[in-house]
Amino acid sequence: MSAAAALPSPTPAGWLRRYARRPGAVIALVVLVMLVAAAGLAPWIAPQNPYDLAALDIMDNMLAPGQELGTGRIAWLGTDDQGRDMLSAILYGLRISLGVAIASVAAASAIGATLGVVAAYAGGFVEALIMRVVDLQLSFPAILVALVLLAVFGRGIDKVVIALVVVQWAYYARTVRGSALVESRREYIQAARCLALPRGRIVFRHLLPNCLGPLIVVATVQIAHAIALEATLSFLGVGVPVTEPSLGLLIAHGYNYLLSGKYWISVFPGVALVIAIVAINLAGDRLREVLNPRGAR
Amino acid sequence: MSEAAGADTLAAHAKASPPTDADPAPRGTPCRSLAGDPMLVYLIRRIGGALGVVAVMAVVVFLAIYAVGDPVEVLASPEADQAERAAIAQRLGLDRPLVIQFVTFIGNALQGDLGRSFVYNVPAVEVILQRLPATLELALAGLLIAMVLGIPLGLVAGLRPNSWTGRGIMSGSILGFSLPNFWIGLMLILLFAVQLRILPASGRGETVPLLGVPVAFLTLDGLRHLVLPALTLALYKTALVIRITESGTREVMGQDYIRFARAKGLAPARIVLVHVLKAVLIPVVTVLGLELGSMIAFAVVTETVFAYPGMGKLLIESINRLDRPVVVAYLMLTVVIFVVINLVVDLAYAALDPRVRLGGQDA
Repeated sequence: MSAAAALPSPTPAGWLRRYARRPGAVIALVVLVMLVAAAGLAPWIAPQNPYDLAALDIMDNMLAPGQELGTGRIAWLGTDDQGRDMLSAILYGLRISLGVAIASVAAASAIGATLGVVAAYAGGFVEALIMRVVDLQLSFPAILVALVLLAVFGRGIDKVVIALVVVQWAYYARTVRGSALVESRREYIQAARCLALPRGRIVFRHLLPNCLGPLIVVATVQIAHAIALEATLSFLGVGVPVTEPSLGLLIAHGYNYLLSGKYWISVFPGVALVIAIVAINLAGDRLREVLNPRGAR
Repeated sequence: MSEAAGADTLAAHAKASPPTDADPAPRGTPCRSLAGDPMLVYLIRRIGGALGVVAVMAVVVFLAIYAVGDPVEVLASPEADQAERAAIAQRLGLDRPLVIQFVTFIGNALQGDLGRSFVYNVPAVEVILQRLPATLELALAGLLIAMVLGIPLGLVAGLRPNSWTGRGIMSGSILGFSLPNFWIGLMLILLFAVQLRILPASGRGETVPLLGVPVAFLTLDGLRHLVLPALTLALYKTALVIRITESGTREVMGQDYIRFARAKGLAPARIVLVHVLKAVLIPVVTVLGLELGSMIAFAVVTETVFAYPGMGKLLIESINRLDRPVVVAYLMLTVVIFVVINLVVDLAYAALDPRVRLGGQDA
């Protein structure tokens, strides 16, 4: 492969073509789009509102997948102990899981990218301070830090998002600082400096946009991590509240029935969780190959 | 030839390990003028830094945990009147100002006393140390599984990067990385305990004392209980080992000394098992050493799923019961474990690679 061919095509269409060379990655992207659409449209496409107590019939509880509800509708994924249709619960749960993950990644990457680019450009004491905090943060496992934070804050969707931001920002700070250090030695930054542009303008208009490639890759994969982490925290009982269950909490709830053979209450939410995570990872992996010409195969 | 192998090993070593404190390496001039031995200066600086981290974490942990809820609410019976509640608060020292509580906490902590558990009414450290062997056993079993599974798979994937086997292994490792730990545990329970009924779903099983410490891996029942949790805990690390081994193998295979070994007519098996493996093992062992701490942390999840009586399950129980001294003691112990691991790794780097202690001047 010649050096010219290895460079990514500059147009979005070119990138898309490169991306599409892996059929698996295309399937992952399609699945991902469908999941996001299902989550976004959950209130309109779910067979019932699982949290509207009036819509539930306790006589329908613990139906196995494919059995008929009292209303004559078929519960394809079964029902839980309160007669809640699992398909609806999963759609709503997916909405919360994805929402929490996307919100936390957006906030964490904004904070991390800002601190990273500032650290790289400012250097000296500011850089040392920021990077020491990053090191400190990254030297403790995310799950433990998030667990303690939530033990302190209590349950709640907003609190889960905050905890996820706290444990994630450092990855972005480190990634962006790395690419900003490289970029700031380039001619265009030196030219901007020679033009005596204001520092804020150089950093945020010229330096930051050119460091976004690696950031996007990290952020894509981090969404999958955030989903898994949120599910874990909710499973441990410190995550989202029971009134707004994510997939993790649905699994935890079904865990109580797993040993007695009522597998569907925790297995189906788990399958949805796994599909989402795997799809994001496959898409993110291909994205990295496409955006990084040296890694292209 | 051995020199080339050594240099390459170091390069792979520095590359494969997650960036530690060595990244913003001290930027001062080499301290040769201050003291004869730069290693000694580096040692003192790093130990000072480690103590600083422990001190900062002690303050953070104390303030955070003591801001949570009111343990009296949990401990007092619902019928308890105001006087009884006040008596409980006084007995636990909760009626005093936070500053006084903090000073007492630090003073006692320096003597190895992290307070008495509100729930068990024995020293918190004791409660935790009782559970420590179970967690260590689990973590070490997990590490062992990760190496036994990960290294051969990584070697295969690295030797045949473009074959279906190689691609399959690498895709599998993505799964290992990304699937939530507790979900894997649930599926293993569903398969082996509910469907096949060949392994127990929870508990630690029978233990026998080994040098005064109860261990489960010496009894058949204990081993049967250990398999599923250890496998669950090992999965993430297995994926990590596969990745490191694969990239290490691919890199080493292109090196001159491997090509030379081939040209010399060495058997392929010998090249892989002796020369490649030797170069690949060092980063694997380094990273796994670093990861031991995170395995202890991840055991929180695994132990909860399998109702395994270790420190992690204790942490969750203590958080729910607002047993502050135990939570604080657990966190301080974990902080110390992490700081010590990081310190040892940094010092090992410095001992092996002069560029680290000299501040990257000749890099």
